[in-house]
Amino acid sequence: MRTQTTQSAVADAELYLTLTVAAQACGVPVLVVRDVLGPQTITRIPLAPPEVAGSLNLRGRIVTAVDLRRRLGLPARPVDAQPMSIVVEMAGELYSMLADSVGEVVPLRQDESAANPPTLDPVWREVSLGVHRRDGQLLIVLDVERVLAIGGGR
Amino acid sequence: MDDLLADFLTETNEGLVALDVALLRLERSPQDKPTLSEIFRLVHTIKGTCGFLGLSRLERVAHAAENVLGLYRDGVLAVTPNGVSLILRALDRIKDIISALETNGTEPAGDDGELIRHLDAAAGGEAETPSSQPDEEAAEEFGARAAEPREEALPATRHPAQPVQTAPLRSATPATDTTPEESAGGRAPPQSIRVSVDVLEDLMMLVSELVLTRNQLMQLSRARNDGAYSVPLQRLSHITSDLQDGVMKTRMQPIGNAWAKMPRLVRDLSIELGKKIDLEMRGADTELDRQVLELIKDPLTHMVRNSGDHGLEGPEDRRRAGKSETGRITLNAYHEGGHILIEISDDGRGLSIDRIKQKAVSQGLASESDIAGMSEAEIHRFIFRAGFSTAAAVTAVSGRGVGMDVVKTNVERIGGTIDVSSTEGRGTAFTIKIPLTLAIVSALIVEVAGERFAIPQIGVLELVRVGGGSGSRVERIKDAPVLRLRDRLLPLVSLGRVLGLEEGSRNLDEGGESGFVVVTQVGANVFGIIVDRLFDTEEIVVKPVAPILRHIGMFSGNTILGDGSVIMILDPNGIARVTGVMADGGGSRMDDGKVTSGVRSNEKTALLLFRAGDETPKAVPLGLIARLDDIPVEQIENSGGMPVVQYRGQLMPLLSMTGGFQPQDQERVRQTVLVFSEGDRSLGIMVDAILDVVDEALSVQAGQGRPGFLGSAVVAGRVTDVIDTAWWLRQAGGDWFRPAASSSVTRRLLVVEDSAFFRELVVPALAAEGYEVVAVEGPAEALKLRERGEVFDAIVSDIEMPEMDGFAFAEEVRGGGAWRDLPMVALTGRVEPAAVARGRAAGFTDYVGKYDREALLASLGECFAVPVEA
Repeated sequence: MRTQTTQSAVADAELYLTLTVAAQACGVPVLVVRDVLGPQTITRIPLAPPEVAGSLNLRGRIVTAVDLRRRLGLPARPVDAQPMSIVVEMAGELYSMLADSVGEVVPLRQDESAANPPTLDPVWREVSLGVHRRDGQLLIVLDVERVLAIGGGR
Repeated sequence: MDDLLADFLTETNEGLVALDVALLRLERSPQDKPTLSEIFRLVHTIKGTCGFLGLSRLERVAHAAENVLGLYRDGVLAVTPNGVSLILRALDRIKDIISALETNGTEPAGDDGELIRHLDAAAGGEAETPSSQPDEEAAEEFGARAAEPREEALPATRHPAQPVQTAPLRSATPATDTTPEESAGGRAPPQSIRVSVDVLEDLMMLVSELVLTRNQLMQLSRARNDGAYSVPLQRLSHITSDLQDGVMKTRMQPIGNAWAKMPRLVRDLSIELGKKIDLEMRGADTELDRQVLELIKDPLTHMVRNSGDHGLEGPEDRRRAGKSETGRITLNAYHEGGHILIEISDDGRGLSIDRIKQKAVSQGLASESDIAGMSEAEIHRFIFRAGFSTAAAVTAVSGRGVGMDVVKTNVERIGGTIDVSSTEGRGTAFTIKIPLTLAIVSALIVEVAGERFAIPQIGVLELVRVGGGSGSRVERIKDAPVLRLRDRLLPLVSLGRVLGLEEGSRNLDEGGESGFVVVTQVGANVFGIIVDRLFDTEEIVVKPVAPILRHIGMFSGNTILGDGSVIMILDPNGIARVTGVMADGGGSRMDDGKVTSGVRSNEKTALLLFRAGDETPKAVPLGLIARLDDIPVEQIENSGGMPVVQYRGQLMPLLSMTGGFQPQDQERVRQTVLVFSEGDRSLGIMVDAILDVVDEALSVQAGQGRPGFLGSAVVAGRVTDVIDTAWWLRQAGGDWFRPAASSSVTRRLLVVEDSAFFRELVVPALAAEGYEVVAVEGPAEALKLRERGEVFDAIVSDIEMPEMDGFAFAEEVRGGGAWRDLPMVALTGRVEPAAVARGRAAGFTDYVGKYDREALLASLGECFAVPVEA
């Protein structure tokens, strides 16, 4: 299943919010992002899938936090590093993706997107919509829906 | 009609009703300023709103009336009866237009020129001069209203050009002719209004959020201890609570709404099935949350249909059974605590235990040996098992038909419980217990491994502090933690372990860490949840968990606490299920350990398995053991040739099952001891190792005459020696169980008990108390003794027995004969309220649990206390 972002992708540039996960630059369509939050108090949820970091309170709504590092099979975040929360809404539920840092909003042109390189790690390939070259760096566009397809929903 | 207009109409109608009243008041006391202001304000509001909605006719009339009223209010003009009449006419006109609006959604055409001219003239101070004219007109119009046939209104609307003053304004289609006319005619204000469910849901949600925010504020204020805020906060808190109650009330609906279709359903059923059925509904005005009501509707309908279909017999059968031809289904609802109880009962044939047993076995839900150890209530509960009812043939069984498992699931989904009690031949009663509302629940906040969780109060029975010198402690049988609570061993579940938060088991000994046990009831099962700390109870708003977490099954939702943190709400059902505490609904054991002969106990028994001496496992009913202890070997002393230990300030004799105690034999430093207690005395049996605790239907093969053993049984797949506790206890001294001051009168007791195993337990215990005991295997034998003229002082009887059960036996005894007035104590493995009630109805004086020796002795003591004195 493709997300609405790919369907609506036109040749014109779309806006993406950049973020880093373990030094890897990633992008998510700005339209799906509801909030970007600093470090939050996160309640651990026992027995939850390992990718789920817990839940947090966003102005009275409960948001399920998914740690992108764990989701992407990357080493755990250093204890002293505080993650940033990128809050997205999917099927009426709020989720927060925990990233190491959040960058700026950048326009990315669809026609500049490259397909996933065949050598890309399968975990990454599962959630990647394509790769962009930006400032001499590779930026992976994340398919939010697939990133959040964990636990009982997989 | 769009929402805006609908709202306007509702509001204006209310305003008009108020206006009528106010105007009449004004007429009586023309100088009443507040009334004048009120009238002005009402008309002004109408004018303002219709201007906004583009209702020009209304606006013009209202505007003209407002002008006059403004002058009245400001005292420029004196209020005259004519003036009031004029205003009333204007109001009538407004009402007419409004009623047309209600029917057609648009303003009717018509000319208000003359009325407005009169109003304007009045405003200009000329009201007095043409006094006769408006008066007449008003009279004429009012007269016309009453006399004119309504039909005329309709053609008039079709000719909007006609400058007719009276008729077109009251245009109404014949189909709806009564309502608009009447409501516009100034009838009493309606006592209820329609509000869309969405609005109520939104309100509820907002109130929920408000409650959370209030909690948050309260917590902050407590932490800061800021006096300036505390008073207004207190008020805010009260108002929030009141608001919450108020909004809850708007969601409440009488359960009768869900029952409305039942009479029809029952009538159709009775015709279809050729049965005569009476439906009795009690407590139809009991209110519960709309959401709950919706969810309970279908299960209720289903159950009533079942009662009619399977529960009640046909007229022929009923007559044969000596009942009235007309069967009766009773629906009863009432509040109890924060719950609503709904009973669906019938006076039909009841559940057939034998048929359920057959079905359960044939469908592989349980083995015969499982069933042999079950109480009636447990067997009844098979009807809730998935798979029990799906097979087509089952509907022919006299039990309940399709889908009781679905009913149970639905009820449990909304946090409710369902139970069944039935007497064969007399009828069946289902009891559903559901929370009043789902939105806001009271929950206990607990902490384990540094994390907080909420446990809904509904299932919490009590809280027990354990360890840390609190007197009670968590004991361990093999790896299973248990708590002895008022002479009952309570299975415990460590929340930390269940949730995977802690690995090892913590030491909650007397000297160890302290913790708490939340005693929880799920269905008929009671178990304890071990937690580290307890906090307050808090009103929480249950929010569903995210879809990616729904599979966990331990949580019924999550919520935000007063301090703003997110907390998971535990689902006791889920915990019970995952840990296997719950007996029914879970997977069934399918061991085919067929036992052909020998003694069997009626009940599934929790057995402690241990090793002592040889390798054969030994078993003893867990209920007989007071404690398990590890005693340092160096503390074991010798007194009079018997090992003893100082235990809780007393000397406790220790028995060895291998004959003699050799402290040096195995280089052990601690000796495991099963402790039996009686008052302040204790006795220990030394064992080598505790193996396990199992819940088994005990089938004891006839013993080989070894002293100290009742025989062997297959327990957990191994041949196990079942020890004769009474024999071992006697080894500690004949008078061990004898009370210090034994009564001088010897009472003679009759014990009716089919299981040799339990006879072996009960008889010595009673004999030790100084009773003379005669034990028989069943009611038939007991009744023979009665015929022979044997005399007893009391009867102790089992309930579940083959051929004639305890209830029937009690009825027989009470029915007449020499034993009619004897005290009768029922002994059963399951002390459930329903069973107790039934036992009392059958004639039992008291009802005690099988292992509850003390309760039995106390009960007997009570039985004799009165007659001795008398």
